[in-house]
Amino acid sequence: MGIVKADKLTFEYIRRDEEGNVDSITTAVDNVSLEIKEGSFVAVLGHNGSGKSTFAKHLNALLYPTEGTLWVDGMDTSEENNTMSIRQTAGMVFQNPDNQMICTLVEEEVGFGPENIGVPTDEIWQRVESSLKAVGMYAFRKASPNKLSGGQKQRVAIASIVAMKPKCIILDEPTAMLDPAGRKEVIDTLHLLNKQEGVTIILITHYMEEVIDADYVYVMDEGKLVMQGTPRTIFSQVEHLKELRLDVPQVTELVYELQQSGLPIKDGILTTEELLQELERFR
Amino acid sequence: MSIIVDKINYIYEIGTGFERQALKDVSCVIEKNEFIGLIGHTGSGKSTFIQHLNGLIRATSGNIFYEGQDIYDKDYDMRKLRSKVGLVFQYPEHQLFETDIFKDVCFGPKNLGLSKMDTELRAFEALRLVGLDENLYYQSPFDLSGGQKRRVAIAGVLAMKPDVLILDEPTAGLDPKGREEILGCVQHLREETGITVILVSHSMEDVARYVNRIMVMNDGILMYDDTPANVFAHYKELEQIGLAAPNVTYIMNDMKKAGWNVDTSVLTVEQARDSILSCIDQNVYRK
Amino acid sequence: MLRDITIGQYYQTESVIHRLDPRVKLMGTLVFIISLFLGRSVWLYLGVTAFLAVIIKLSNVPLKFIVKGLKSVMILVIFSAIFNLFLTDGQPLVHIWKLTITKEGTILAIFMVIRLLYLIMGSSLMTLTTTPNHLTDGLEKGLGFLKVFKVPVHEIAMMMSIALRFIPILIEETDKIMKAQMARGANFEKGNLIQRAKAMIPVLVPLFISAFRRANELAMAMEARCYHGSEGRTKMKPLKYTKTDYIAYLLLALYLVILIVIRIFL
Repeated sequence: MGIVKADKLTFEYIRRDEEGNVDSITTAVDNVSLEIKEGSFVAVLGHNGSGKSTFAKHLNALLYPTEGTLWVDGMDTSEENNTMSIRQTAGMVFQNPDNQMICTLVEEEVGFGPENIGVPTDEIWQRVESSLKAVGMYAFRKASPNKLSGGQKQRVAIASIVAMKPKCIILDEPTAMLDPAGRKEVIDTLHLLNKQEGVTIILITHYMEEVIDADYVYVMDEGKLVMQGTPRTIFSQVEHLKELRLDVPQVTELVYELQQSGLPIKDGILTTEELLQELERFR
Repeated sequence: MSIIVDKINYIYEIGTGFERQALKDVSCVIEKNEFIGLIGHTGSGKSTFIQHLNGLIRATSGNIFYEGQDIYDKDYDMRKLRSKVGLVFQYPEHQLFETDIFKDVCFGPKNLGLSKMDTELRAFEALRLVGLDENLYYQSPFDLSGGQKRRVAIAGVLAMKPDVLILDEPTAGLDPKGREEILGCVQHLREETGITVILVSHSMEDVARYVNRIMVMNDGILMYDDTPANVFAHYKELEQIGLAAPNVTYIMNDMKKAGWNVDTSVLTVEQARDSILSCIDQNVYRK
Repeated sequence: MLRDITIGQYYQTESVIHRLDPRVKLMGTLVFIISLFLGRSVWLYLGVTAFLAVIIKLSNVPLKFIVKGLKSVMILVIFSAIFNLFLTDGQPLVHIWKLTITKEGTILAIFMVIRLLYLIMGSSLMTLTTTPNHLTDGLEKGLGFLKVFKVPVHEIAMMMSIALRFIPILIEETDKIMKAQMARGANFEKGNLIQRAKAMIPVLVPLFISAFRRANELAMAMEARCYHGSEGRTKMKPLKYTKTDYIAYLLLALYLVILIVIRIFL
């Protein structure tokens, strides 16, 4: 079994009126089945409100399925006894860096998770050091998170998860509030962790450029899993993506436009180099 | 109508030991009907700069003239300036507070001391301009989607009938379609009212597509102030200050290096397509 | 204006005071407050002033920074001074209209101002030199005996520490919302007290909504990091007294004794 396996996962938000009667039911995640291989870099795309965040919260046992089952590293998330081990196995980084920092010093922030799971003091310090080094923030260990840039804050948030030695990190739009330089910092850090430490990365985003280097992409819409495949196969379906309120990288869009004008150019080009190579045929 | 900014400097937290110069000798002229893009990494001074334009922050030294009047004159009406230079902050939905959308949009004109009828007329007009569905006017602003909330917040400023509209990253945190919708709404607004717009943005692609002048800020200095094509020609310098050019600029520059005779000053995918096609022998692809 | 509030902030630097065990600092603050209320003799206040001056010097926190923090409470200080000045009976000094300033009132007002200022300086010095986490640990351990009475000491301490961490963020946010509403023509300086209070609604509503959203997200982030109360929790920085701490306790005791002696004999 993969590190994450969902079988017909369904989650319903139930809204109640003042008397407690059911007002409306929204199906936020609708019959999603998927399996994610350990050590892979996976991206989940979808517009705001497509259900991707709700899905992510299931991976961390912050929400439980209404129907269907979700296993994280073989553990059923709806079993209460598993909650703590699941949260240790699959760490979660959220969108707003300010709202997930608990402590006033970077090193204390990174130590917070290990403290909660009862790691002995000496080992906490080792873990804090190694995880801050892994994200390149060791020099800031004595700084206050309030004084860091957005990208640096998110790297600290990632280090705080790494310090719990998870097999998998889920990131819920970690770059939505950052500037381009900060976005790049965070994405580079994630690829590094994935390659060097073998941590499974599940990146939820709506920035298409961040998805190009992923191993596999899932696209969600109205709670359903509507597309899946390698970035190349996903991005060759430009029209379908636009229907889903999404976008494609500019290179891919250019290829699409050229195709529309009648140039017989191949599908699924993701980088400038590939485009240049392909265009050589028409010289 | 114009804004003249003459050598303004701004120093943060004077006398605390945390002093930092946020703006250094910034000068520029903003003319009527311009659509300006303001770019720069976080902390480059963009936000500080735009808050000077409507008098929320007072320059440590230097002058700002609005329609020929010095805004730092003792009897200058700062509140009037704020209604003429409308500023919509980042995450504007965080300033919504009324029980329904219509009332929230009325807040601005009401503060101007307008009659009830004028206030409401302006609110209707503003909500129409941002293209919000009429069925939503009397609903709570807190039930809206992110993009809708942002439109309401923009309408809240438009209702003051400003001559200049400054938008601080109006698309931050929205999904691609939501971004496009907000920018489309701004574009439409300009066409209909001829309002001057200053758009602060992190997205070079968006800036390239919409504006006709770009200002680049870095460390409190106005580094470039030119047409988009001229600014993005400096893409290497932009990279050094944590920015970039739109992706198409890179594609076209790489093609040029590979020996294609393409136009490197294109700004959008459509222009890039046309430039590439003009270099390719028509017989190769026209059936 | 809002940026001037330094209460609850931490000032990052190296010093003996920073390194002290938070329990010592808590006790120190308590001793200092007690010493402020020992009496009103000039000698006593010279002692208190000397003590405060030494601590500030040792803490490496610039005096300027501490004084800046006083600005935000100045109104309170001035009010209490005025009350004392005019409302104390005794030997009249000056008559202004129907009000009389007495000698006793003047003395009382001066002492009151000094007392209030010292009180704020002393307690903000504690937060300036102690990270909220450290402070929390100190409270948790120092008040640990209350657990016997089923007081959730850890939880209370954690809440306090989070509150302290969010003060600067919420202040910044208030500033931003105020500016955003000012851009829509709001005026916070016009009118009487009721009008001004009403003018704050457009700031308070968004601020509360945002604070609740933050609280929600923070709770989730804490849960996601396996936080489940004090049970089974280890410490990254467990509190352990060092020689310096014992010396500090000794000096504190000495200080208190000296002041009591001054009070009795001078």
